[in-house]
Amino acid sequence: MMRMIGRHSAAIFVAAALSAGSAAAANYGPGVTDTEIKLGSTNPFSGPASAYGTIAKAASAYFDKVNAEQGGVNGRKIDFIMRDDGYSPPKTVEQARKLVEQDQVLAMFQNLGTPTNTAIVKYLNAKKVPHLFVATGASKWDQPDKYPWTTGWQPSYQTEAKVYAKYILENLPNAKIGILYQNDDYGKDYLEGFHEGLGDKAKDLIVAEVSYEVTDPTVDSQIISLKDSGADVFFNVTTPKFAAQAIRKAYDIGWHPTQFLNNVSTSKAAVIDPAGVEKAKGIISSYYLKDPTDPQWNDDPAVQAYREFMAQYYPDGDPADLFNIYGYAVAQLMVEVIRKCGDDLTRENLMKQALSVDHFEIATLLPGISVTTGPDDHAALEQLQLQQFDGKEWVLFGDIVGTE
Amino acid sequence: MELVLQQVLSGLATGGIYASVALAVVMIYQAIEHFNFAQGEMAMFSTYVAWSLIQIGMPYWVAFGLTLVISFIGGVLIERIVLRPLHRAPILSQIIAFIALFVIFNSVAGWIFTYTIKPFPSPFPEEPIFGTFISTHQVGVIGVTLVMLGILFVFFNFSRIGLAMRAAAQNPESSRLVGIPVGWMTALGWGLASAIGAVAGMMVAPIVFLEPNMMVGILLYGFAGALLGGVTSPTGAVVGGFLVGVIENLVGTFVPFIGTELKLTVALVIIVGVLTIKPSGLFGRPVVTRV
Amino acid sequence: MIRIAGLTRRQWAALALVLGLAVAFLLPMVVTDYRSFQFTLVIIYAIALMGLNLLTGYNGQISIGHGAFYAIGAYTAAIMMDRWEIAYYWTLPAAGVVCLVSGFLFGLPALRLEGLYLALATFALAVATPQILKYFDSWTGGVQGIVLFKPDPPFGLPLSQDQWLYYFSLAIALVMFWAAWNLIHSRIGRAIVAIRDHPIAAQTMGINAPLYKSMTFGVSALYTGVAGALGAIVVQFVAPDSFSVFLSISFLVGAVVGGLASFTGAIYGGLFVVFIPNISEEISQAAPWAIYGAFLLVFMYVMPSGIAGFLRRIGAWIARRNAS
Repeated sequence: MMRMIGRHSAAIFVAAALSAGSAAAANYGPGVTDTEIKLGSTNPFSGPASAYGTIAKAASAYFDKVNAEQGGVNGRKIDFIMRDDGYSPPKTVEQARKLVEQDQVLAMFQNLGTPTNTAIVKYLNAKKVPHLFVATGASKWDQPDKYPWTTGWQPSYQTEAKVYAKYILENLPNAKIGILYQNDDYGKDYLEGFHEGLGDKAKDLIVAEVSYEVTDPTVDSQIISLKDSGADVFFNVTTPKFAAQAIRKAYDIGWHPTQFLNNVSTSKAAVIDPAGVEKAKGIISSYYLKDPTDPQWNDDPAVQAYREFMAQYYPDGDPADLFNIYGYAVAQLMVEVIRKCGDDLTRENLMKQALSVDHFEIATLLPGISVTTGPDDHAALEQLQLQQFDGKEWVLFGDIVGTE
Repeated sequence: MELVLQQVLSGLATGGIYASVALAVVMIYQAIEHFNFAQGEMAMFSTYVAWSLIQIGMPYWVAFGLTLVISFIGGVLIERIVLRPLHRAPILSQIIAFIALFVIFNSVAGWIFTYTIKPFPSPFPEEPIFGTFISTHQVGVIGVTLVMLGILFVFFNFSRIGLAMRAAAQNPESSRLVGIPVGWMTALGWGLASAIGAVAGMMVAPIVFLEPNMMVGILLYGFAGALLGGVTSPTGAVVGGFLVGVIENLVGTFVPFIGTELKLTVALVIIVGVLTIKPSGLFGRPVVTRV
Repeated sequence: MIRIAGLTRRQWAALALVLGLAVAFLLPMVVTDYRSFQFTLVIIYAIALMGLNLLTGYNGQISIGHGAFYAIGAYTAAIMMDRWEIAYYWTLPAAGVVCLVSGFLFGLPALRLEGLYLALATFALAVATPQILKYFDSWTGGVQGIVLFKPDPPFGLPLSQDQWLYYFSLAIALVMFWAAWNLIHSRIGRAIVAIRDHPIAAQTMGINAPLYKSMTFGVSALYTGVAGALGAIVVQFVAPDSFSVFLSISFLVGAVVGGLASFTGAIYGGLFVVFIPNISEEISQAAPWAIYGAFLLVFMYVMPSGIAGFLRRIGAWIARRNAS
């Protein structure tokens, strides 16, 4: 029965599209009406990766804000349907199909996770469903030939690793580098980018690589091994809990290398404070968003607006959590893309608009960083700003690095 | 050689965590002759209770004591309300109830307290007194674990109520005949296990930071430690916990083709290996089956 | 002979079977492709749960590690299809054999472990599975996993890919359930159950318990492995994250909630594994696991012997009322 309804409504769509052929004003893809646009997203709300679930919830809260304060985008309210996949790829496939085939969303937005998106990327591209601004730092989303319907959002892990590699080659040519990384796709992506960035020098400069599993209680043993390797540069590729442990442990055992910290864990509230600000002094990292817990942004209007937004539209969320400002920022990009579509809300046009963003500035991005995409550029953000922790706050230094 | 020493010390420090959790595992085993998969999550939740109490301005030790009381009552209530209706159900149904408790505590903690990691205070001084490779807190954890072990030993071997608990778990029918309230003994066991878990949680949190998934990995090591030492023996559980910590570090550091990527796997293989040779664990008493 | 509405219990069972088969056969004709896909997953999990049921339900050995065998089956299929370009249907027997052997080998040392210890040893296996998959990355594709192609229906059948996979999985499931039925109702099956109910008596009567237990472990792994291979084909993707310890736990949950030592129990379990998490998140996205946990508790209170056991009791109750 459902199947017949599906066909039936498809026929109506075609008929509607044909009859409205001359009046290009209302050209709608699935999930769009005069008053509503449906977007879908798969996220972990249950299971061990639940910490990431808040990104989509913050984005959803931003859409609520736009719906409430501006009556939606071009008069259409955004209906953002989130579904729980528990970070399990088979469940992601099931939920993504539900969103596309049953809920009939216009597009996917901010699906979270590398393995989970890998499980659905082929399906969505075969169905020609826009798969926009995925919440993962893997570099594979920027492959216009292979995945024409997929776009990334954050600067890729590899891009970031190369920034540090370049810095090391220029400033610490005789470094002895020790690396701690999480043994999964995210950790390995950093490792690969870092090796590429160092080029031929990699095998001379890197003296130790040790991994940990997310189930490990601590990384103490790994830090001891790294110290023992004689490394004087420490590349810390860890998620917040382990980053804080590693920074603290290194300091406590009297190991004081030059530290590079991946931007997954730059949060002052969630990493630096728990580790201890004095222990984190001198750490180099890079970022693209304003950290709402960093005192330097206390009076920044964008961060203040963010705090007000959190208090009003997402009171359950923790404003100190960087994931929330991340969701808040990417939702603004999505709204911009929909706005640019006007009344031509087909999947094709949505994709076209998503791939023609030109220097779009989001107030919570660091100064000088903006979003640019193109038909051959499916990566939204590719710029980073180096920063060093001075014992109190992150001090930005150097030029913006990366391509646009 | 120095590296070996450091890794052994660090293994003992981490092993202290495992040992304290293993003690809670043994405690519940004494009461119900089974493992409680929700034990780690209950401990995590207790730690959040302590954290909240400290947040509202309570001194550490007051919060500590109050958390023990709350956890004890909570454990008793869980047994009375959640598990009592299932006490005649097949053991697997009870295991499903444990899994239910696991997911409920995990999910509710994330919902109430969010997933941002939180620093948890240590009652021990910050200055390293015992050299740089083991923090004062880690030594403190080992000390607390040994004290708990001592208390448990006295409790189970010399107190009437402790002996009654053991009897109730091992032979409920006969215990009932001699007038032991078997149901309440089980509830008491849950309360005590919950309180010991709370201590373990509060000792673990300063090291690994407090977050809803804090105990998921650690509980596994706690099980491993308890099994290795023997689930019937508190001493065995503590020794087992330390052994697991040390084995894991040494395997991860010094066996090159295994490295850190497979250290948990190898630690588990060693444990299963030991169990196949000595099924009741290093210190456990063999299980006798009566026909 | 007790009759309800003129039919004996056996006749009722036959009627239910025919009706069930008819529904199963007609289902993809009346629902969307997405639903067909979802019910294909139900069938696949039912096969996996049947395997676990043979071990835990009929032989009394608790396993919290069957996700490992599901993973082995899935990777066997994925590697054969991706690397050697072997047709998908050939991967099922291969996955079955690989899992039969690995299950038997794992069962050998596990024999020394009783009850709780066995449960924990299998649990350890489940925990170690993702790590091991990542370690052998030249075979498994490491953390990136392996992406597969979806097979088209053969012989130009007028079916969508999803419908075809549904029928394909259904056919496999029917064959495997039939085989399990024959196994359980044979001499061997009676020995397997005797070991569960009276281990020592069974030994004294000359049943080679270690051999039977290892064999049961192997056969159980075979079922779960074939399900894993089907799962890989249907989902078109395998990665270490697909086989976390929570997969093993949801298998155990499915087997117990569905009903142990029951053929229909495996089907109810499959439905539970697929649909209850979805219902939970419909109720609350703030804490879906809390709702899921509440479901588990309610099911255990109302039906401590599983859905199948509950229905059996209702049937018996109706029969008694009719008799009196």
